[in-house]
This record gives sequence, structure tokens and C-alpha cells, in this order.
Amino acid sequence: MDNLILIPGVFYLASTAGYIGYLFRNRSGFHRAGHLLLWTGFVLHSLVLAAIAVKTARVPAANLHETLSVAGWALAGVFLFFQRRFDVKVLGAYAAPLVTVVVIAALHFPQSQVPLKTAMTSLWLLVHIATVFIGDAAFALAAGLGLLYLAQERAIKGKRHGFFFKRLPSLEQLDNAGYGCIVTGFAFLTFGLITGFVYAQWIWGRFWSWDPKEVWSSITWLLYAALLHQRLAMGWRGRRSAMMAMIGFAVVLFTFLGVNILLKGHHGEFTRW
Amino acid sequence: MTAIGLLGLNHKTAPVAIRECLAFSADDGPEALKTLKTLPAINEALLLSTCNRVEVLFTTEDPDQGASQIEAFIARFKHQDPAVFRPALYRLFGDDAVRHVFRVGASLDSMMVGEPQILGQIKEAFRQATGHKTSGVILNRLMHRAFFVAKRVRSETGIGDHAVSISFAAIELGRKIFGTLEGKAVLLIGAGEMAELAVEHLIRLRAGQIFVANRTFERAVALARRFNGQALHFEELIDHLKAVDIIISSTGAPDFVLRRDQIKDVLKQRKNRPLFFIDIAVPRDIDPAINRLDNAYVYDIDDLKGVIEENIADRHKEAVKAERIVDEAVVHFRNWRQSLDVVPTIVALQKKLTDMAEAEVKKTLSGLNHVNPEDAEALHRMGRALVKKFLHDPAMFLKGQISHGDKAFHLDLARRMFNLDTDTGNGDRSE
Repeated sequence: MDNLILIPGVFYLASTAGYIGYLFRNRSGFHRAGHLLLWTGFVLHSLVLAAIAVKTARVPAANLHETLSVAGWALAGVFLFFQRRFDVKVLGAYAAPLVTVVVIAALHFPQSQVPLKTAMTSLWLLVHIATVFIGDAAFALAAGLGLLYLAQERAIKGKRHGFFFKRLPSLEQLDNAGYGCIVTGFAFLTFGLITGFVYAQWIWGRFWSWDPKEVWSSITWLLYAALLHQRLAMGWRGRRSAMMAMIGFAVVLFTFLGVNILLKGHHGEFTRW
Repeated sequence: MTAIGLLGLNHKTAPVAIRECLAFSADDGPEALKTLKTLPAINEALLLSTCNRVEVLFTTEDPDQGASQIEAFIARFKHQDPAVFRPALYRLFGDDAVRHVFRVGASLDSMMVGEPQILGQIKEAFRQATGHKTSGVILNRLMHRAFFVAKRVRSETGIGDHAVSISFAAIELGRKIFGTLEGKAVLLIGAGEMAELAVEHLIRLRAGQIFVANRTFERAVALARRFNGQALHFEELIDHLKAVDIIISSTGAPDFVLRRDQIKDVLKQRKNRPLFFIDIAVPRDIDPAINRLDNAYVYDIDDLKGVIEENIADRHKEAVKAERIVDEAVVHFRNWRQSLDVVPTIVALQKKLTDMAEAEVKKTLSGLNHVNPEDAEALHRMGRALVKKFLHDPAMFLKGQISHGDKAFHLDLARRMFNLDTDTGNGDRSE
């Protein structure tokens, strides 16, 4: 199977064009096209991942190519889900390009089948990977919504009612959607960490081994826990919440890629190329 | 051929002093239409009178005669000297009249471009005309097209998208902050026409509780009763800011009524739920520094005016797109009018019947065996002869004795009876 994800990749690219068109032309036809194309890409992508899993009889996240592919897939799926729930249409102009970039990045790395030290067949592992990626995807969307919030707030406070003011939904809606994403992301990340600990205990015989990935994941978790606590207890909403969502996602990105590339650890082999 | 004409004046050609003398009230309507019907040169007529325009739309066989009769009718009916209003009158015929009607309906000719009331006023004028049977085939069709054009302009351009009054602009901003305004508590400080108008809009959008504060408590009580709200003493204002979301301020106070430090504390107590200040007062009531606090938004009267100016500029930009839609509709209407003539109608009818006859002859021939060419030709000849015989009487009727006023009606009837317009690509039946 030679770079099958090129096919969903093409749909993602077309979807990006649709959403960007919607952003600029503000016609619902563009949005419908973008949405439909993203759905198609997502379904095809799911099939590709399933095919790889069946063929290799393991979870398809064993090298950087596959890991990025799964990340793009999770982001597309989580976005489609949240789109139904919160209906922030312009968010597609952030999510679709992001998915496309991740998938194109995946295409750049070979699909070499390096034998892994770690077993990749456990159901626990599947759940661990799925929940962590879904959580991270939700955080990515929260960061995008934070960005949109800041743009809209700037327009309203600055009294310049240009491009963004007309296209973006209300601050309240952006804030709510961002909050929803963070709560979802946090729940999935929590579950992902727990399954990770259980799996570590099972494979390596200990829950915690000061692996950089473990450390940074926990930092991420603590950061979002703090954000949620401050929101509920102190009313950290709006601008501050939006900024935190963006900072949080930067940490997520570092935990996802930076740790594997810059620091060593037992997750490193999943992002080899 | 029957011509469409339009005679009238509007806010661009006539000052209000002239417009008010010529305006037809709702009570004038029936009598005016009855009179219009009696004018010898006029076939169909429709009267539109609003505060910005007085226009008579009509069809006539003699444009000059028709226009002068309408002018004389207005002078007589409103007891005015025609010399006074004649310079302000425009007389439009054919495509120009059609375009004007479309532009008025699409609110392109309004004082405030894009305002939606005009369409309702035209619909009412049309209802009156059909009620008194002063409109016929041509004006009916023209008005339906005008409604269709107005609808298209509204849905395909942003001409009516953004608020162009202070109170509506404030509400629109509130929507961008809160999403929905339903259930949002409102505090009105002071009083004033614009502020009260904004409160009324908010109530219509099902805002939550309304509080009214005023230096004179009696005034607050009176306003609170009107809005079905709660009156507050000026001193207890701050305590209630915890509970409200939108503050509309319009007092005569020489200094700020609400200051940054006060609001900072209030926001903390509200757990940062947003506060939206609309400051309509001059000098200002709300400390502009409040706008720099997170989750607090302050718009003063100049900010709102700025918003309105932007919106008006946007509407004018959108109007260019709307003009294109109007031009398209004028061409369509012209095509329909041209088809509504005797010769094109007979030609279309002949073509339709000939095609049918040919098709049937061919079908019959294909079912028969061993037909020699001469017999086949005879059958074709028979088909054509039948069509010719059949067409003779209707063609004579359409060309013949029809009085001018009925011509459009009979042609339209013939076209509809034989379904001649569906495949011409006019798309006129789609409305």
C-alpha cells in the first residue's frame, strides 16, 4: 500500500479550498462543499487506517508517518463532531487546513516497517492511542476557537467592524465552543493517561518511569486542569480562557512532537522515520 | 403596442413641502383608483404613495396623452397647481419605467437604501389596484416580477444586512457579544428617545428583566411601568450591576456615572460574565477606560455612528450587485412583453402545432409497413393542412377585432392556454 492517504489528502485539500472560499465569499454553498468534502475525506481516511491495521495486524501508529496520519484523522473526526454540536462554521477555515497540513506532513515520511521493541497489538494500546489523539484534537480546536475569539474581541473592542466581525459568531458562542472542546479534550486526555499508565504497568512493570512523554503529558494535563478550575472557580472566561487554550495547545504540540524529536524516551520509536 | 408608463416624484426630485401636498392617504386610495379607471387614455393603473414618493404606474396606447391625463388627475385630485409640482415630476416609459419599478421594490431608490418597508407598501398598493380591478395582465405581471426581484436582491446581496440606526446598531453589537439577547437583563440609566427605543427593541427580542434608574425617582417609576420593569434609586445602581448584562446610559450628568474601578469590582463579582455598555449621553456617562477591561465592552454615540456609516457604505457597495439583478429582470420582462404581440404568438403557436403534427405523422408511418414515398408525403401534407385549418380561426381572432385594452389579456390567455412560454427559458413561471 503506497501512500494510500494521498486519497483522503486530496479531499482534505479540496475541503480546505471550500472552507477558505466560505471565509472570503460568505456563501453557504462553499461551506456545504467544504463540509461534504471533509466528511468524504474522513470516511476514506478511516478506511485507509482500517486497511493498514488489518494488513499489518497492529495499531497503525508505529512510525511518524502513521502517527501523523492518525493525528490528522482524529482532528478531522473531532472537528466534524463539534461542528454538529456548536456550529461555528468559519472554524472549518482553521481545522481543514490543519488536517491537510498534518496529512501532507505524513506523506513526507516513509512508511518503513521498522520492527518495534514494543508490542503494538493490545486493545489497551488502541484505546490509549485513540483517546489521547482525540483529546489532542479537541485541544487543537480549542486553540483555533481561542484564536477566533481573540480576533472577534479585537474587532469589537477596537470598533473596527471589518472582515472578522461580520464573519465570526458571537463571543459567547466562541467561548462556549472553546470551553466544550477543552472539557472534552480534558476528559479524553485523562482517560488516555490512565490507559497509558495501565499499559506501562503491564508491559514494563511500572506505572511511571519518568519518561519525558509521561512528564510532559502530565504537565499538559495539569495545565488544562488549572484552566478548568480557574474557569469554574474564578470565572476565567473570554480572553484569558482563549489565551490559555492557545498556550495549552502549544504545550500539547511539544508533548506530541517536540518530546519525541528532542528528548529521548520510550515513545520515541513511534515517531521514527 | 401598449406602453408602460410611470409618472411621479420622490425624495430626490421634490422637497417634503411638495410631497406632503401630493401624498394620497389610505382613505384617498379607493376614490383615486376609481377616477384613474375612468381616464380615457389609461388601460391599467396602480397608485403608490409613501412619505418619500407619489407615483402612478400605468399602461396606455398613447404615452404622451396618458402622462398628461395622469398629471391632470393628480392636480385635480389634490387641488394643486400642476405648475408647482411639474418640475419635480419624472415621466418614464418602457424599459425605464420597468427598471424604476424594480429598483423601488428592491429598495434601491429609497432614501435609506435597503430599508425593508417599501416592499410592503408596494404590495399594499398592488392589493388595492387588484381589488379595484385597475391592474390587468401587464401590471400584474410587472408587479409580480418586482416582488420576485426584491426577494432576489434581498437574498443574494447584503443590501439589508446591517443596522443603519443607532438603536439597531447597538442591538446588533449586543448579538455579537452575547449571541442571543434573550433573557439578558437590561439597565436603563436616565432617559431619552434613542435609549428608550433601544430598550423597546430589546424587549421585543425577549430580553430579561428591565431595570430603570433615574436621578428623579418618579421618572424612573414611570419608565419602569412602561417597560414592565423595576425602578431603581440612583444610589443603588452599582449594586444591581451584578445582575444586568446590558447597560444603556443616557443621562444629563456632566461627569462619568460609572467608573473603571467600580466596574472592575463588579466584573469580579459577576465571575467575568460580559457587560455591554451603550453610552448615548453627551457628555459621556461611561468611563471609556472600562472598554479596556476584559469582558466589558463600551460603545459611545460616536462609535455607534461609526458603525452605521460603515454599514451604509456596505449597503451602497451591495447596491451595485442589486442593479445587475434589476438589469437582468428588465431584459426578461422586455422579452415577455415582446412575445406578447400578435405575430410572435401566432408564429409560436404554428411552430408548436406543426411540430406536434410532424411527430404524430412520423410515429404513424413507423408503425405501417410498405408505405411508398408518395403516400408518406401525402400524410405529411395532411398534417400540415390540418394545422393550417386549425390555426385559421384563432389567428383571425388574435389579429382581428380585439379592442386595444383587451389585446394583452387575450394574447396572454392564448399563450397560457397553449403553454407557449414554458420552453422559452424566461423562467417567469418560477415565482
